[in-house]
Amino acid sequence: MTDLASTDAPAATVLTETDDSTARLHRNLFIAIAVVLAIAPFVAYPVFVMKVLCFALFALAFNLLLGYGGLLSFGHAAYFGMASYVSAYTAKNWGLTPELAILLGTAVAAVLGAVFGALAIRRQGIYFAMITLALAQMVFFFSLQTPRFTGGEDGIQAVPRGKFLGLISLADDRVLYWLVAAIFMAGLLTIYRIIHSPFGQVCKAIRDNEPRAISLGYRANQYKLAVFVLSATLAGLAGATKAIVFQLASLTDVYWSMSGEVVLMTLVGGLGTVFGPIVGALVIVAMQNYLATLGAWVTVVQGVVFVVCVLLFREGIVGVIAKAIKKPL
Amino acid sequence: MFELLGVPPQALFGQVLLGLINGSFYAILSLGLAVIFGLLNIINFSHGAQYMMGAFVAWMCLNYLGINYWAALLLAPIIVGATGIAIERLLLKRIAHLDHLYGLLLTFGLALIIQGVFRNYYGSSGLPYAIPPQLAGGQNLGFMFMPNYRGWVIVASLIVCLGTWFLIEKTKLGAYLRAATENPTLTQAFGINVPLLVTLTYGFGVALAAFAGVLAAPIYSVNPNMGGDLIIVVFAVVVIGGMGSIMGAIVTGFSLGLIEGLTKVFYPEAAATVIFIIMVLVLLVKPAGLFGRAH
Repeated sequence: MTDLASTDAPAATVLTETDDSTARLHRNLFIAIAVVLAIAPFVAYPVFVMKVLCFALFALAFNLLLGYGGLLSFGHAAYFGMASYVSAYTAKNWGLTPELAILLGTAVAAVLGAVFGALAIRRQGIYFAMITLALAQMVFFFSLQTPRFTGGEDGIQAVPRGKFLGLISLADDRVLYWLVAAIFMAGLLTIYRIIHSPFGQVCKAIRDNEPRAISLGYRANQYKLAVFVLSATLAGLAGATKAIVFQLASLTDVYWSMSGEVVLMTLVGGLGTVFGPIVGALVIVAMQNYLATLGAWVTVVQGVVFVVCVLLFREGIVGVIAKAIKKPL
Repeated sequence: MFELLGVPPQALFGQVLLGLINGSFYAILSLGLAVIFGLLNIINFSHGAQYMMGAFVAWMCLNYLGINYWAALLLAPIIVGATGIAIERLLLKRIAHLDHLYGLLLTFGLALIIQGVFRNYYGSSGLPYAIPPQLAGGQNLGFMFMPNYRGWVIVASLIVCLGTWFLIEKTKLGAYLRAATENPTLTQAFGINVPLLVTLTYGFGVALAAFAGVLAAPIYSVNPNMGGDLIIVVFAVVVIGGMGSIMGAIVTGFSLGLIEGLTKVFYPEAAATVIFIIMVLVLLVKPAGLFGRAH
């Protein structure tokens, strides 16, 4: 099987040669992102920015798996949604502080990712995608049938945002924003670190040529499972944070269309690029917000964007920029 | 009134029948997926949307044009199959040389478009489609009451499934098809028009989905979401059966429908997930699926 990211985003494979100028560019980009994050809540509506950040983290986590592990999971909504249920439930019913609720949700996503990942990596390519999708649908049915935990069709509403460390009230959007921005930044840096670590290099080697990596002595399945669990955990972190921000966890978060949405964000931004998913999430969330008046046509627009991206625009926005400046982004 | 395994026989056989009917749909749909996958190497994510289109075309034929069920049973697969041919020619052909995951993504986008358009025009609540008068009523089989239409669905889908199996495994056209699956370049060198074969195969697979849609129209209410959830169950069926064989798709489809029906009798809470649980178990023991070859 040829690989998804390397066949069509040659920019991504160049990442191995992180020369000085690229490193400097990335450092400057991180500084730029930090500056934008610092200004954003004063320029834009903070809740909108937080929504973008949550979905950007989700897309970054997904891209870690697909862009660098070469594994197309079509069921990432399971980790996102389950974490959001757990953190909403524990914050509301157990009275946990927001940071503990988020950590617990993330931990549950990690466990779920380990179990599902261990099953799914037994098959490859399309089968892998179908298995992750089917497993995620199991989580959806579970959520549907356990209304005492998930609130069924209503979801878990009015989740208290609580006090950070039991001290700082997060009721104000501006205050909560800093926590969300910090979580996002930590997630982004973690993913950047993973990609540029020896572990990340082995993952890319497996992505590009699994038999060769195995013949070199790497246990491909262990690496694939590890990157799967990391991705599920970070997706869970995004989902748990989202539940606290919107004070809501609902069936939408675990439904398979959510898995499709995160694929779309990654595809639009640029598969296998470090910063692409952030741009993709911004575009898609903005599209959903500003096209909301179109009602059900939003789905159609999303479908069209999907088709156009696959047919004509496989490198995504950041992928095209990376190609133009001849540097991996 | 006697009881079977602690369950009244009426309920038991009723669920067995329902299971077989669901199984018919699983079988036709996973068969269509298998046929398309064989030659195009694409998991047709829009299969569920095309199944829904079949039901809608039948409904439109009846309500706008006054065309009855029997004509729709033939007409809807042709119309929807023709849209499939257009999709293959205009879109899928352009990504044939790429990783097959792009096919999955493209057809996923198509499914969003098709479902979105129907949802806009017809809303999400179902539209009724009457059972054709020839198949109204039912038979008393002694142990249970068998509605005629449900019996017909099982028979019709068996005929279509076995007909497809015969076409692919026993005819010359099927031999070309299998040859093209194994080695398209060589088959082309023998003077067989492989691109045409690919187009027709996609059209045929889509027509199978539409046929299932027409069969389903009188049983379930016709609505834009009817294919969305079903297709994921069918994916699980495909994983369990393995994509290797046509017969595998048919046998797995019917048996899993049956198992699902029986679960509804003995442990209703698990009915929605039993197929996924079986998928997990099969993956643990036989990752390539029950009838599949390792890929």
